Amino acid sequence: MILTFPHLGNVYIAGKAFLEELGQEVVPPPRCSSRTLEIGTKYSPENICLPFKVNIGNYIESIEKGADTILITGSCGPCRFGYYSVLEQNILWDLGYEVDMIVFDPISEGLDQLKEGLSKALNINSYKDVIKAGKLGWKLIQKADYLTQLSNEKRAYAIDSYEVDAIMEEYYKNIENTFGAEKMLKLMDEVEYSLKNIPIDKSKNPIRIGIVGEIYTIIEPFVNLEVEKKLGHMGVYVEKSLTPTKWVKHHVTSFPFGSKEENMKYQLAKPYLSTLVGGHGRETVGSAVYYAKQGFDGVIQLLPLNCMPEIVAKSILPQVQKDCNIPIMTLVLDEMTGEAGYLTRLEAFVDLLMRRREERKVGELLFGC
Amino acid sequence: MCKIGIPRGMLFYDYYPLWAEFFEELGAKVVVSPKSNKEILNSGVLSCVDECCLPVKVFHGHVDYLKDKVDYIFIPKIISIRKMEYCCPKILGLPDMVKFSIEDLPPIIDTNINLRKNSYTSSKYKKAVYEAGKCVIKNSSKIRNAYKKAEESYQRYLYLLSKGVIPIEAIKMYNKTFVDLNYNSKKHDMSIMVVGHPYNIYDEYLNMNIISKLINKGIKVMTPEMVNKDEIIYYSAQLPKRMFWTYGRRIVGSAFSLIERDEVDGIIYLSSFGCGIDSILIDLIERKAKNKGIPFTLLTLDEQTGEAGIDTRVEAFIDMMKWRDKDDFNISTLR
Ligand code: SF4
Ligand code: SF4
Repeated sequence: MILTFPHLGNVYIAGKAFLEELGQEVVPPPRCSSRTLEIGTKYSPENICLPFKVNIGNYIESIEKGADTILITGSCGPCRFGYYSVLEQNILWDLGYEVDMIVFDPISEGLDQLKEGLSKALNINSYKDVIKAGKLGWKLIQKADYLTQLSNEKRAYAIDSYEVDAIMEEYYKNIENTFGAEKMLKLMDEVEYSLKNIPIDKSKNPIRIGIVGEIYTIIEPFVNLEVEKKLGHMGVYVEKSLTPTKWVKHHVTSFPFGSKEENMKYQLAKPYLSTLVGGHGRETVGSAVYYAKQGFDGVIQLLPLNCMPEIVAKSILPQVQKDCNIPIMTLVLDEMTGEAGYLTRLEAFVDLLMRRREERKVGELLFGC
Repeated sequence: MCKIGIPRGMLFYDYYPLWAEFFEELGAKVVVSPKSNKEILNSGVLSCVDECCLPVKVFHGHVDYLKDKVDYIFIPKIISIRKMEYCCPKILGLPDMVKFSIEDLPPIIDTNINLRKNSYTSSKYKKAVYEAGKCVIKNSSKIRNAYKKAEESYQRYLYLLSKGVIPIEAIKMYNKTFVDLNYNSKKHDMSIMVVGHPYNIYDEYLNMNIISKLINKGIKVMTPEMVNKDEIIYYSAQLPKRMFWTYGRRIVGSAFSLIERDEVDGIIYLSSFGCGIDSILIDLIERKAKNKGIPFTLLTLDEQTGEAGIDTRVEAFIDMMKWRDKDDFNISTLR
């Protein structure tokens, strides 16, 4: 049995090491590329959301490398994601791939099902091993996220922001040849060290932008056309409202109450959206308010075309923009999104934010307010 | 007298008799927006976010029409109407979307209806009913009685539907005499299922009267609402995973049922541009139809859909089915 799973940003690092700790053979999908998307788009229903298409591309590219079992998490509504697995299985079978798909649905669907999936996927000898590997995996997720965030921060302050890219590129390459959690952590420590040693200009006061929107699109750099990197090179400090760490905190480690941060965001969203709308629609609204309160200069919403919860959020955001006096821009992403137009919109937005800052400064000077 | 506006869109086609009767019993005047038309569509497109699906845009248009003609607009927040199930995310967020997209609205009655963990007899549901009624009258026993009466006429409506009356007609006559709309096509030689969300198949403006057109051709039309509830439950359970959208389950279950029991000759899926849920449902139904050799076609409605285009597509589909019939016949005589 050779396992694989769809990409979700840097999660594959922890996923790979976790499964390897348990003695499983793993083939993570090759990094998402235009080929991935091309394959995915070709075999997916036309109007399905973008993450689905990339997933299909991931599976097929992994199968080509020898994977025969796919692990994914599921959900049971209200969004489409909950039904991904059924369609995906059909598509792969139609194409003649004899793969198994093991879906981990939430506990509310029945603990037995979850256990069955686990024992099928992990050839468990003892749950102690799983917990041990799980703890290491959790550590890796947090560390990987920390590195991503550190790189974002460094890009904004570095004297040469491309130095950050060079280190990160090297890191991604090395991951492929690193096996097991211990070695992975060691590699990460080295990367952290190099990142911290990049010469920076402390006097910079970068524009700060919060990224909100659909979780997959925020986390997977390929899908958002590397928005963090692009903004970083423009000298912008970027923070993301959703990361794998935050997801695990909310859904696993603080189960069933949910994490503090998410609950705080529900509160912030309440005046605008008091109930759930599936996906991360409510978080999007709450996070936008949060970033405004934190004094960020602007907010960018990432919306994969046709994404239902984000469309609900989008119709509410103009009011947040007005009430909190913070510019919010929505970027709609699909397989046709062009690099050039995208960059132009980002640049224009950053310009706007800089101008606003200037104006505010002038205002303060003139009127002392 | 207190005037309550009910927009003719989204879940209107399922619940209008219940809602209208309820508010009228309470002594309010119910104002319904007219059938969708060009102005309504246009104003909806203008006020709603671009990326949205057509039915939600049209709904915005209906609200816009009503906004300065009534004291309240009734847009319940229908989160779940069946245990462990949900409605579409956009239905969950409908009142919020409307509130922040249209200016100068009268107060919205956006009662939360969430039966994911509760039943119709729960105190939570009773509270929701009270919430909805209290704008008109603050007397809980009156509200309770009004709801009871409304519930009765709603049952009559459901009965009509189960007898094969199409909701567009049933809404007009749920308290009048009962006429079988498919009467004309009793001697039909072909039956077609028109499947999709109620607001696509029963909004005659959006779908250019497709149902009447089919009926006028002597074709018997079946819709999901006409399929028995138990059948729907039974056949939707064939899916490898629990279908967690109530409407999705109705749509897939009813289509599977008619396909499996060999009660339709063809299926027309009426979808609207930008519908997220349909991308899943279409795939499931088309796959089943293909498996069982039932002709299937998809019509996607959008702001620019032209009547001529739809007509040609439907004609072509019917022709195809007729040809197929002949071929089938040939094969069976040969056997
Ligand atoms: S949240 Fe958006 S992208 Fe994710 S499954 Fe739902 S519609 Fe698709
Ligand atoms: S089910 Fe489809 S058409 Fe209906 S509100 Fe949701 S996305 Fe729109």
